[in-house]
Order: sequence, then C-alpha cells, then structure tokens
Amino acid sequence: MSAATTTATAAAPAPTRSRAWGSGGTARVVAPIVLGVSVVVIWQLVAGSGLVEAYLLPSPAAIGAEIVEFWPSMVSAGGITGLNALVGLVAGSLIGIVAALLASTRRSIDGMLAPIVAALAVIPIVALAPVLNTMFGADSQTGRQLIAALAAFVPVFLNTARGLRQTQPVHRDLMRSYAASNVQIMRTITLRTAAPFTFTGIRLASSLAVISALVAEYFGGPRGGLGSLISTSAATSAYPRAWAYVVAAIILGLAFSLVTSGLERLVSRRR
Amino acid sequence: MTDAVTVTAVDKVFEAAAGQVVALSGIDLAVEPGEFVSLIGPSGCGKSTLLRLIADLDTPTSGSVEVFGTSAHQARVDQKYGIAFQQAGLLPWRSVAANIALPLELHGSGGAATRERVRELIALVGLDDFGDRYPDELSGGMQQRVAIARALAKKPDLLLMDEPFGALDEMTREYMQTELLRISADTGAAVVFVTHSIPEAVYLSDRVVVMSPRPGRIEAVVPMALGSTASRADDLREDGAFFEMITAVREALHGGAPAPGPRGVDNR
Repeated sequence: MSAATTTATAAAPAPTRSRAWGSGGTARVVAPIVLGVSVVVIWQLVAGSGLVEAYLLPSPAAIGAEIVEFWPSMVSAGGITGLNALVGLVAGSLIGIVAALLASTRRSIDGMLAPIVAALAVIPIVALAPVLNTMFGADSQTGRQLIAALAAFVPVFLNTARGLRQTQPVHRDLMRSYAASNVQIMRTITLRTAAPFTFTGIRLASSLAVISALVAEYFGGPRGGLGSLISTSAATSAYPRAWAYVVAAIILGLAFSLVTSGLERLVSRRR
Repeated sequence: MTDAVTVTAVDKVFEAAAGQVVALSGIDLAVEPGEFVSLIGPSGCGKSTLLRLIADLDTPTSGSVEVFGTSAHQARVDQKYGIAFQQAGLLPWRSVAANIALPLELHGSGGAATRERVRELIALVGLDDFGDRYPDELSGGMQQRVAIARALAKKPDLLLMDEPFGALDEMTREYMQTELLRISADTGAAVVFVTHSIPEAVYLSDRVVVMSPRPGRIEAVVPMALGSTASRADDLREDGAFFEMITAVREALHGGAPAPGPRGVDNR
C-alpha cells in the first residue's frame, strides 16, 4: 500500500494557482485605476483651461458637484431603470433558456426558432420603444421591461443552445452504460455542461438589458428613470447634470456586469 | 457455468458516406467468469467496436452477444458490467467521491451505504486522501484510477476496459497494470481489455485475442502460459517466459511470420 500512497502524493500537482493569482490580481486592479485617474486629471485640466466651452465638456469637478447635489434623485432614478433592466434580464434569460431547451429536443423546433431569433436580434430598440409605450400606456414600465427582456433573450438563447450541444461523447457513452433515463442524463450531464455557456450569455445580456431599458426611456412613458433624466437635463441645458446621470448609468451597467460575471466565474470554475 | 461473455457469429457493418465499412466479420468469442482477456490488433481491427457491442453501446448487424446468459441489452439495463474508457471521462464539476458515487446515485441507492461503498472504492484504488479533490487537481493516472473505481462501484462481475492506460506515461502505465491485476484478483471480476500494446496484453491476460483489420476478425487466440494473473508481479516483466509470450503474440499478429511490427501496434 505504501507504493500506492507515495505515487499518489508525488503525482498530485502543486497548488501554485493561488500565488500566481495574487500578483496578477494586484496589477489588474492597479492598472485601470491609474489610467482612470490620469484621464480624469487631464479632463479637468482641459475643461478648466477655457479652451473648450463648458457646455460642450463640463469639468469632472462640475459633474461631481451635480452628483452630490442630486444624489437622492440619482439613487431613485438608478433604482427605476435598474429594476426595469433586472425584470427584463430575468424574464429574457428564463425565456431564452426554455426556448433553447425546446430547440435542443427537436431539430424541427430548432429550425423554426432560428430565423425568429435572428429577426429578433436585429430589431432596433428605437423603433420598438414608441410602439410598446403606446401599447401599454404612458404610465407603465412594462414596455421598457419588454424591450430589456427582448435584448437579453437573444444572447442567452444562442449561448444556451450552443452549450446544450457540448456534451462529451465519453459522458454520453458512460450514461448509456448506466442505463440512465433521459431525465437523469439531462440533469447529470447536459444541463451541467451547458450551464457555463448560459451564464456567459447572461453576462452579455446584462449590459444589453441596462442599455435597452435606459434608451427605451427616451421615447416617452413615465419619467424618473436615468434615461429620461439624461434627456431632460440635456434639453434644459443642464449639461453637468446630464453627465452626472450618465455616470450613474455607467455605475448601474457596471454593477450588472460585475454581478453576472461573478456568477459566470462561479459556474465555470470546474468545466 | 454460464460464460461472462458469449459472442456468436457477430458482424458489424457501418454505413459511411463512401459506402459500407465492415468493422467486424464472423466474430466468435467466449470469456469465462473471472477470466482476463485482452483484445489486441492494429488500428481499424474493430477491437473497440467489439467492446462496444459487448457493452451494448452499439448493436451488431448480425449475430448475438450475450453477457452472463442474457442479451447484452438486458445486461446493460441490469448493470452487469462496469466500463472504463481511454479518456477517464470524469465529471469535472464533481469531486472524486461524487464521481465514484455517480452510478450508485443513478440507481437509487444513497445515504450511508453509498458513502461507505465510496470509501471502500477510494481505498481500493489507493486514493485515500483525495476524495474531496476535483478531477482537474489530479494527474492522468489518478483520474484513470477514479474511473476504475467508478466502474467497480456496483460490484460488477465483468469489467470492460477500452485502452484505459493508453494516454498514460510508461512508468504510470506499468504501475497501473500491476494495480489492475491486484484489483481484478480482489474483485474476481472477468475483464475484457482492449489495448494496442503487446507487453501490456501479455502481462495482464489469461488469453490474448489477436485481431486483424479490413474486415475486423479474430486472427488467433493465444493463451498466456504465465501462471494465474493474481500471482503476477513486476518481476515477471524480466522473465524469459514473458518474452516468449510476447513473441507468440507478435507472430500471431503477423500471421505466423516473424516480421516488423505493423502500424498501430506498439511493442512497448
């Protein structure tokens, strides 16, 4: 038995991954911060020099002042747009996953869905938003949530459909040798193999959902979201305030992207 | 006593774009309970196809395959055999213990009995401290040991192995061969073992089935006069009788004439 133990221990790869991660991680955090701070400083210098008109390019300081002044409004606007994007992302992802599962069961369903998805993928939000706003009434968020769902659906469907085709032949043989039922094969192998692909789709969808929910607000419907406040501020020549809401929109989009890429990494760790 | 495997007059024809390919032609083979039989031959001789027919992963075009007196299909449904492939085929998202437990879970057993059986199997293949590790943390040899433990989970009386050590380095491979002899002696299971290494076939087997390609057929069955497989150990590799058996198998591969090794058969 001692021979077995020795070989087992010797053959185990050394856990060097965590250490490599540490140094790489620091560089990865520091580098973008350095770049970001430099850009802001140069921006401030250019905007403060009087070379550029203040309404064309407000200085970071002016934008910062607006963020502080309109903080409660920013938070509530971010909440409204964020909720629309979240509802759309969840609904679009669920429908995308279910549709991909259906497409994977029958080639005919796949054939029916593929051109429809291709058509959905190229629908311009700008065209759809006014139509849906009219359809659901001027005081409803439903149209915006639908637009976000539509934008989220496409990448989740495409990636999940691809993931469902990635099952390894050796795993299929193995499950067949176990005389496993279709449900067992689905649960044990197929879904688990597809999961990292689905979560890649959800990560791509998250940014699209935020952008779509925000842009949809430009075309009527209830006020109060980030999109409508950006357009209102710009229309009343309050450019620093418009920029302040743009910053809030960036933070909202980053939050969605960070959470979904965290989920993706969690699921993709072992694949 | 019923044979572990009975293959009678089996043909297997694959329909390919370029026409029909005869993978196996007129195969007859019987494997006794507890017997270790290797299938050897150059690429394209149908040795893996024959193993897949016994496992009911494919069906023969004509002829019959029986496993312990029932059809290959029934034997698969009844989980009469365990199987291991060249790729370990572990589920990367499951720990070693959870991978070994997979066949037990699929067939309803669970809880304390499963945990106890998994612990036994981990000890059997010498991976005692690795139950909580994941496949990507293991070397190729260790992954293959997990695959063997998984194949043994339901205490099958027949073990089917398709070049399980084909992707391993030479040292690991020899070590695994001796481990496999020990495991097959411990479990008393019959083994059908596909390989393209002559020394590997000789070292492990009671009988070596030599196959030839186009169409795949059995050329010769060479009994190994090397004593019981349970009593073999690494010193056999340097024994004169071992080299005689290697010569016997090599000559059978070339239809009796001493000749250089054909493509696809390595003489390691």
